[in-house]
Amino acid sequence: MQPLGDRHLDALREVGNIGAGHAATSLSLLLQRPVRITVPTVQVLAFDHVVDAVGGAEDVVVGTYFRIGGDYPGNFFFIIPACSARAVLRAMWTEGDFGDDLQNEMALSALGEIGNILTSAYLISLSDFTHGKVETSVPAVAVDMAQAILEVGMLTADADQCLIVHTGAHIEELDVWCHFLLVPDPDSVLPLLTALGVRGE
Amino acid sequence: MAGQVVHVGMADLKVVHCPDRLRSVGLGSCVGVALWDPQTKVAGLVHIMLPSAEGFTDATRAKFADTGVDWLVEMMQQNGARVERLRAKMAGGAQMFTFAGKNDLLKIGPRNVDACRRALAKWGIPMVGEDVGGSTGRTIELHSEDGRLWVRTVRGGQIVL
Repeated sequence: MQPLGDRHLDALREVGNIGAGHAATSLSLLLQRPVRITVPTVQVLAFDHVVDAVGGAEDVVVGTYFRIGGDYPGNFFFIIPACSARAVLRAMWTEGDFGDDLQNEMALSALGEIGNILTSAYLISLSDFTHGKVETSVPAVAVDMAQAILEVGMLTADADQCLIVHTGAHIEELDVWCHFLLVPDPDSVLPLLTALGVRGE
Repeated sequence: MAGQVVHVGMADLKVVHCPDRLRSVGLGSCVGVALWDPQTKVAGLVHIMLPSAEGFTDATRAKFADTGVDWLVEMMQQNGARVERLRAKMAGGAQMFTFAGKNDLLKIGPRNVDACRRALAKWGIPMVGEDVGGSTGRTIELHSEDGRLWVRTVRGGQIVL
């Protein structure tokens, strides 16, 4: 992958901003609470450090993974730390009948569906913004160490430099954090930048 | 416990001497292959991500089972270990996501395990302990003092191989 200049990073940050903005609107509607988006970070990292974007490598998180196809193949993750995921579920189900167990089938299915809705919102805006085709796989959900979940996004990445567009979202009333991570395949970075009109130096 | 803990990242390889320890955090479908020489107490760990380097231009040898295990054996020898004394343990190779669909990358864990097994068999190195497969992430720590491999999971606590 070629080194990226400020203009490239700004364009990718804008993608993260718009995508996560749409996703946050969906989340806000779903939970009927205000959701604030943090400034997106675009980083080119050695892939051992990708996990730092969402906290510690061994932190337990709920991860929803999508393989992205179309014009910019890559990986997409929607990550909620375990304690935040419980708070989100409690907010959705006042009964709290999932018993705090995130492995519960109902809980996993609900969290997968949230991930699905938000990721669709993010990727539709990516598609609109770049006038490109973006397809997604069915969501895959797991509750485990952050590193073990994000690993699948790194399998085909370059070990030394992995591009991630990371956006955090904060649900103010619940004090809950969640994370959107767009990890384009190395071969997708140029087409994405071209679509954003910032190819070349 | 004396000694340092040396971190082995993804597609990384490290060799240490007694009393240092080697740690890999959050192995999912990746496999940690640990080698230990009981006489010199040289310990080595490689963090394998994919079964084979074939078709990849990626120069990171430690990333692939076929090239990574060979490199680990070479590094062990350079540090005074002898192949005929080496013992192997491994952990990892899970399938993290249940609904993998047609995505083969989500089902790479078992193939990584098989490839590591084959690579070790080629050198005639006996496998003396393993905790592989399933659907859970693992953090592992190899103790050069006695060759023990600690395996920690989020749900299952800790076991020692």
